[in-house]
Amino acid sequence: MTEFLTGFLLISGALLMLIAALGAVRMPDLPTRMHATTKAGALGGGLMVLAVAVYFAEAAVTARALAVVVFIILTAPVAAHIIGRAGYFVGVPLWEGTIRDDLKDRYDPDSHILHSRDRDTGKDE
Amino acid sequence: MDIVIRITFVILSIAMVLTFLRLAKGPTLPDRVVALELLASLTVGFIAVHTIFTGEPHFIDVAVVLALTAFLAAIGFARYLERGGKRDD
Repeated sequence: MTEFLTGFLLISGALLMLIAALGAVRMPDLPTRMHATTKAGALGGGLMVLAVAVYFAEAAVTARALAVVVFIILTAPVAAHIIGRAGYFVGVPLWEGTIRDDLKDRYDPDSHILHSRDRDTGKDE
Repeated sequence: MDIVIRITFVILSIAMVLTFLRLAKGPTLPDRVVALELLASLTVGFIAVHTIFTGEPHFIDVAVVLALTAFLAAIGFARYLERGGKRDD
């Protein structure tokens, strides 16, 4: 039973990692690539570390494995957010099929200020 | 169990080669940072499989440290990018 669960977690984690890598290669621009790598990569890594906890079934190993899982879950969104933010501010071009860019014309790269828009008048503040 | 571990190694290696393709192609620096971050999580997965393969549970400590440094590297790269402004990669 333990062997079966370990094998299942390993294979599913590895396949999720493969999906993440495929997304990194095939997706057209930075945000879509990050969408593939962050979610699938974090879940895949978490599952594989969980497989270690299931396989050894010792308190010390399980505690460390859970620490890795919690750390991955906490840091993956933060890292993705901060890289995506930096990428947008640096001016990485979006895919030509992008239909909506809410920050367009509201960010000033020279002053590094992001303006909000007035809801009633539609004017930039 | 042995065959499962071998299959996992093969899948992870293919994923690593694909990620290297993106790392080499770019085209911009943030794209390469994303590829590097995926490479770090792939390495954490590799360490997990290697821990089971060798039956030596102490290797999981390496995964803890690698996950930590990968996050710090991503934060550092992002700060560097934001401070640097526009450039031609």
